[in-house]
Formats: sequence, structure tokens, C-alpha cells
Amino acid sequence: MSPPPSKKNLAPPISDRTFDLLGITMLFVLGLHATHLPWWLCAALAITLGWRWWQRRQRSGSVPRWLKLPALALLTLTVTVCYGTIFGREPGTALAVGLLILKLLETETVRDVRAGISFACFALMAALLSDQTMLATIAVALGLLPALATLRALEPTQTRVPIGRALLPGMLLLTAALPLALLGFLLVPRLSTPLWGTPSPGEASTGLSDSMSPGDFIDLLTDDHPAMRVSFDGLPPRPDLRYFRAYVMWNYDGRNWRYAGGRQNSGEPAAPVEAGASIGYSISLMPTRQHVLPTLDMPLGAPAQANLRIDRELFADKPVNEQINYQLRSALQYRLQPVLDDRSRQLALRLPAGFNPRTRTLAGQWRQRYGNDDAAIVRAALSLFHDGGFRYTLAPAPLGRDAMDDFLFDTHEGFCEHYSSAFTILMRSAGVPARVVTGYQGGFWNQLGGYLLVRNSDAHAWSEVWLAGRGWVRVDPTAAVRPERVTLGAAAAAGDQQTWYRGEWIQALQNRWDIVNRWWDQGVIGFNALRQRGLLTPFGIDDADTKTLGVLLAIGGVLFIAVGLAWALARRQRRDALHTAMRELEAKLARRGVKRRRNEGPKHYLSRAARALPDQREELATLMHHYLELRYAHAEPPTEPVQIFRRMVRDFRGVGVVK
Amino acid sequence: MRGFLQRIQTLAERRLPALTRHRRPESLPIELHRKRIYIVPSGFGIGFSALLLVMMVGALNYANNTALLLTCLLGAASAASMLATFRNMHGLRLLHVQAEHAIAGATLELTLVFESSRIHQAIRLDLGDPSTALAFDVDGTASVKLQMPTTARGWHAMPRMRLWSSWPLGLFRAWSWLRPDPRVLVWPRPELAGPAPLGASDDTRHMRLHRGDELAALRDYRAGDPQRHIAWKASARHLNLLVKDFEQPQSQPQWQLDWRQVKGLDNESRIARLARWVDEAQAQRRTYSLWLPGHEIAGNSGPLHHAYCMSALAQLP
Repeated sequence: MSPPPSKKNLAPPISDRTFDLLGITMLFVLGLHATHLPWWLCAALAITLGWRWWQRRQRSGSVPRWLKLPALALLTLTVTVCYGTIFGREPGTALAVGLLILKLLETETVRDVRAGISFACFALMAALLSDQTMLATIAVALGLLPALATLRALEPTQTRVPIGRALLPGMLLLTAALPLALLGFLLVPRLSTPLWGTPSPGEASTGLSDSMSPGDFIDLLTDDHPAMRVSFDGLPPRPDLRYFRAYVMWNYDGRNWRYAGGRQNSGEPAAPVEAGASIGYSISLMPTRQHVLPTLDMPLGAPAQANLRIDRELFADKPVNEQINYQLRSALQYRLQPVLDDRSRQLALRLPAGFNPRTRTLAGQWRQRYGNDDAAIVRAALSLFHDGGFRYTLAPAPLGRDAMDDFLFDTHEGFCEHYSSAFTILMRSAGVPARVVTGYQGGFWNQLGGYLLVRNSDAHAWSEVWLAGRGWVRVDPTAAVRPERVTLGAAAAAGDQQTWYRGEWIQALQNRWDIVNRWWDQGVIGFNALRQRGLLTPFGIDDADTKTLGVLLAIGGVLFIAVGLAWALARRQRRDALHTAMRELEAKLARRGVKRRRNEGPKHYLSRAARALPDQREELATLMHHYLELRYAHAEPPTEPVQIFRRMVRDFRGVGVVK
Repeated sequence: MRGFLQRIQTLAERRLPALTRHRRPESLPIELHRKRIYIVPSGFGIGFSALLLVMMVGALNYANNTALLLTCLLGAASAASMLATFRNMHGLRLLHVQAEHAIAGATLELTLVFESSRIHQAIRLDLGDPSTALAFDVDGTASVKLQMPTTARGWHAMPRMRLWSSWPLGLFRAWSWLRPDPRVLVWPRPELAGPAPLGASDDTRHMRLHRGDELAALRDYRAGDPQRHIAWKASARHLNLLVKDFEQPQSQPQWQLDWRQVKGLDNESRIARLARWVDEAQAQRRTYSLWLPGHEIAGNSGPLHHAYCMSALAQLP
């Protein structure tokens, strides 16, 4: 019914204010993407933006074509050279942001601005693909404010407000829209399987790896991102018992410890014998893109869609590509595999020939000295680490071909990987079955949230040795060198080697702030199809399928629209004291049997009332006189006489007095 | 095709008066309420929804909940802007319409006065191509001047006007049709050239005879005017004092313009000739009378008389 807006309506050039707001929007988008775009690209785009703003200030008009086209070509070329392709998430984002800024060069009409704003909204969303934290999301949401303000500025307004105030209505609009947005967020059916391939991770996600060689962990140990959050059914275990096992590695090739090539797929998981007190807990694990699920010490069972392998490592059926939660019980005192079969013993003693001769000699000497006392050999190794001048450092000297010889006899410095690796090789050389275990150790106990925050920097490696009669026993050689690593955590162990921005007080602040992140990670990022299905359990719907969700979404949407319509249709009645008083008098008279007719003027009505109620004729005459005076003698009735009139009405006897 | 549409429209207006009520002229004041405000997504709104859909599918596919949250927020804000668009139109009243005089073929200036209890933003009024934005005063009124093209003399209904707005975001477009009741009178277009009226070539004796004696016109009071020249009765109807101007010589004798003088012409040409004479008489500040079939206007002069005569001519059958 409405004819489309004619071309002429779109043609007039936009105002300076609109252009400024659009520029701010673009700058915001650029700022949000600055964290993952190359800095020189960001700088170039920012300069382009600033130049265009200046150019338009000087002289209104778009940039000539001979300048636009080379800029476009240069951008495409740069992205192609930098990323090798223009497809994929990273180069796609860079290209999109670049095009967005270049769009500003030709923005002169309303249509251009609207296209630019739409594109900016899309680019804002793209910023969330690389960073999903709460702060990033809030920043992106704030980026909507200049965008909305730009759209408002396109409408012909009469009042000019300062540019800061122009953002305010958008804020109001977003606030009003928030309930509906949350409803939509909760009820929009999630996909259980993606429609097309999920994007490959932009960079190799740092996380535990299924192989380990001394020095590998260094990226991990300097990464402050949360790895998982653990909440316990009762009290948390003591700090020195907080070992979370992930990989159990048997296979050493002279340089690397590998999970593969061990015995990971052979047979049933070894049953812990005489498990002592167990502890229940649940872990919320950040995406690792691996199968392994860290468990506290010795898990007693496996959750759904995961299984225990032979060394009681827990593996999920699918790679952990999004945050997952699982619940477990674990034993802290146990005896694992008290009888070691021959094949396992062989594997646990195997060492590649021709590596680390001095280490082997030392182990041979220990075996001679202590005879069959394996426990004494373990103690000897630990006292070597404790008293042999070893140093815990995150920046150890590089090691040569016989890495463990170099470490044990020359450099004497390293961190958990070095110690666990050297210890395990010493044990194997001495004939004690041993293996390396990697996982996490420690974590920050958040008192307020009642959960243990484990960061990537809490990654750790230790050893397990098999002792006759006791089975596999955990030995942490790092603790012999640096007990703080185990009791206080990785940050304390690193001591003064921390850079300034990882200072202690910042760490403390981050640890406390993490409760908000946890809430965000669990409530928002971790809200997947599974959680959504269980959403309505409190209301008696166990499995909320897509249809139910759709119906609920529709109902909720209609309710919100109804509330909104009530707001839109509400008419603000001007409060008129005189009118109210008159209505009161009418009500009183109506009770006496004199109802005001439609279209009856006040004078006629009150005269009629006076005739009908002769007792109060005088009173009614006064009231009529006052009312007519107040209503018709002034444009705006004065306040005080209106008050008097109201009092008179109040004093008017509404109910007939029987005489 | 056009005739077919016209037939459908006529049928619809007869069958569905509730839907097409806006097509009939209405008496003032006209208040915009929910039954007469229409709202649809604009072209930009449709494009933006498509973009939101793409964003939502992307967010769902990548299981990126924060992106989904952002999309939901943007979608909900768009929905809220629809209500804001509607509310912006709601409760606006067209109080009255003033029309200037115009001769057929010229544009007629209309002044529309709107009123509301609150400020309405960025409302535009379409009549013809360029739309005019309403600007509200502090006291809640807004007046808009429109140029209405005219073709023929006589009474004309006001054209259908569209009041529309896409405030605040341009995603939705709400509009309402206005067709106010008051009609406007368009004066006849005077012929360009023709003979003078009969008895126009009088001698100049009158001039001397009547110099300074007879009331020629009323003019604004100037300091120094004698008090007895003030036209008290006329001044009471005006804001400022008016003075009877005797100094202006009564230069021309009275014209007796008469429909019956103009013979041998068709109806419209007769009217056009009379209109030219009336105009000339007014320009020469003559006194003139006008005789029309069924309507006799006594001799007088001045702009009011001129307007009266022209209106009478305009209303001739």
C-alpha cells in the first residue's frame, strides 16, 4: 500500500553529524578487531578513516574513483599476501573490516550509510568469533550504540544534541530490548550438528598435548587462560593432592615422550584396589579440541559419552570442541595394578638404545648400591634433585642430543617436564617400572564461587613408578626441587621471573574476577543444545524439543509485543484537578439520582441537579458558579481556587439525609 | 489495467468501509489512532532482517552463543523500534487547515496545523514529491505549508495527503492518510487580454469633483494623522489603527460589471473576462459592482471586495 520511497528522498547528501557518527562506528569496529588483525593493517585503515574524515570536512563529496579502485585492489592484495588466501575466518575478517573502512570513502547518501551500518553490525558480530569473553561481548554491544545513533541521525530531526547525548536513545532502546533478546537467546533452538563445517581454529590452541619433550610446555605455562573449573561435593582436597591426570605416557624415543605407541588401547582399565575415601566433583572443561578429559587423581568411573582407558585415563568419544561439563568420583588413596603383567613391565622399562649413557651409569650405580629396594632408588633420585644444585626456571638452557645427560650433569635447570622426564628415565635405567603423567596440578580456590580455577599455566608433568605391593605410585620430582610449585602453584614457583604484567597482584585480581568469567562461560558460552533441552525441567518438561521451544518463543514474543503495544498505545492523560473534582461531584450526584446525560453541559446539569435536590440548591448553585468561573474564565485554571472547589465538592453531602 | 484497479478500489471502498475509511473526507480535527496507522518494514528493514537471519544462522552453526546473543539483541531492538515508530505517529492531531487564495493553474498554499500532547519526531508530510518534515514547537503544535497545484476554478476537496515517518531507525515505515473535510476555493483564471468594460472611457471630471472628498481606502495609522480620520469601527476589527484615506484622489468612476454585458461567449470565457475586469478594477483602485446571475454585489472597493467578487465568480456553475 505504501509506495516505495522515491529516489529523490534518498538522494540528498547526509549531514556532517551522520558522517561523524558513522566514522565513530567504523572506528569502534576497527578497534574491536585490532587485537587479531596485523597492527600495520589496523594502522593503515585508521589513517584512511582519519584522512577521509578530514577530507570531507574540507570539501563535501565522495572520493574520486581513481583513488577508490587502487585502494580496493591494494587491500585485496595485502590480505592475499599476508594470509595466502582471502577465504577462511581470519583473512575473511581482515577483508571485511578493510572493505568496511573503504566503504566510508564513497559514503554520501542515506542508502550508503544504511548499507555501511548493516555491514558494521555484521563486522561487530565477526569480532565475537575470535573472542567470546564477557568483556569482549560487552564491548561489541557498546559498538551498537554509535551504529544505532547513526541510523537515528538519518531521520530529519529538529533538536541537535551533543554527540555524546546522541548515543543515549540507543542505550534505552537496547535496554528495552534486552528482555526479549534474552528470551530469544534462551529459546532459539540450537543446532545439535552444524549445517556446514565449523571454522578451523585460527591458531593452534594451546593445551595439553599427547606428546611431551622438555621445553614443550613453555607456551602453556605462560598462558593464563582458564583450562577448567572444578567444583567439589565437599571440601576441596589439599593443595598438594590436586593432581589432575590427563595423559599417561609410556613411549620414549630419546627425545619425546609419546602417548601413542604405549598401551592405550589394550584391554580393560586397571581396577584400583582398596580405594580409600572418594571425592565427588564436577569439571567444566574449556575447549581443547582433543579427546582427553583430565580427572582428579584416580577416577572410579566414566561419565556418559566417555570411557576409561587402561591406565584410567578418561577419553571422550568426540573431541572437546566446546565447553563441556562432566561429573566424576575419584579416589585419592588407592592401589593401582598391584600385580604388573610382563608385557606392561617390559613397556615400563623400555628405553631407546644409545641415548643418555651417563644417566644409565648413574642409575646402574644406584641399583648396585640399594639392591632390590626400589623405594630407596626413588628416594635417591629425589634427593639428587633436592640437593644436587638443581634450579626451577621457565627459561632453561637448551639441551643437546643426550638431553637428560645434559640436564642432569650440566645445566641443572628446568621445569616440570625436565624433572619428570629425567626422573622417569633414571628409574627405567635402574630397572624400576616408571611412566610419565601429564595433566594439571594446583589451581586457585575461589572462595566466593566455591570452585577451583585451573589455568593452562597450571599444566604439569610428573611420574608414576611401580613399586611391589603398592602398585603405581605418584612421584613428583619437581616438588623435590621446588615445593612451592605443588603447594602454591606455578606462578609462585616461577618467582621473580614473571614479567610485570603477570605480577602477583594482577594475578590475584584475575583469580577473583574469574568468578564472573565462570558464570559467563557456563551461562552463556556453554549454553548448548543439551543444556537447552534440560532448560524446562523445572517446569515439568524433561526434553524440550525444537517444537516446544518454538511454541514458547512465539508465546513469549507475543507477550513482549503486547507489553510493548500497551506502552505504545498508552495516552498520557493530563491530570486536571478541576476535571477530577467535577467527576467526583458527578459521582455523588449520580448516587442521589441525578446522572449527567451525555452532551449535557455543566451549567444545565447542575441547574437540573439543583432543581432535583431542593435541600442543597444553594450549595449546588455556589458550586456551579465556581466551576463555570474556573473553567471558562481562565485559559488555565488558577491553582488555589481549584483547591477550594475540590474542598467544597468533598464537603458536599453525597448521601441523602433522612429528615 | 488502471481501470481494473480503479474498479477494485471502488468495490473495496464500498464493501470494506472500515478498511478504507481514510479515503473519505473527514471533519477536523483528525487524530491518528491505531485503526488508521499502517506500518510495514521499509526496504532497509527487509534487508536488515535478511542480514539478521544470516547472522543468526552463522552464530547457530558455529555454536557461538555470544554472537547469537548479539543477534538477538539487535533483532529485539529492531522489533522495539517498530513499536517506537508506531508510537511516534500515535496521538497526532490535525487541528485545522488554512488555504490562501489562488487562481486556477497556480499553486495554492495550504497551512496545516498539527497538535499533540508530546513531541513527535521526524514526521513527514507528502503532497506531491518533496516531503516536508513537521517541526514541533514547545507548545506542541506544528504547522506545515504545502503547495497544492490547481487546475480549475471552484470548490475543490483537499487532496489526500500522506503523513509518514520511519523514526527512529528507518527499519519500519508508518503512515496514515489524511483527507480533511474543508474544501478550498480556487478563483477563476482571468483572460489575458480583452476589451474594457462598457462605460470605462469616462472623462476625468469625476477626478476633480471627488478629490479629497470621498473615502478611497483604509490605510495604517501614521503619526500626525488627524484624529477624526481614524476609522474607529474598522480599527476595532484589526490589530492596529486604520485611517480613512481621503488624500488619494478618486481617480476613476465606478464600474458596473455585469454578466449580461458579456455576450457571445461561452460560460468559462465570460467568467474569465469578468475576472480580468475585477482584477483591473482592483489594480486601478476603482469602485465596482458586479452583477451575476442570482447574485448581485453592490459597488465597493478594496481587497475584501475583490476577494468576495472573485469567490462569487469561482462559485458560478
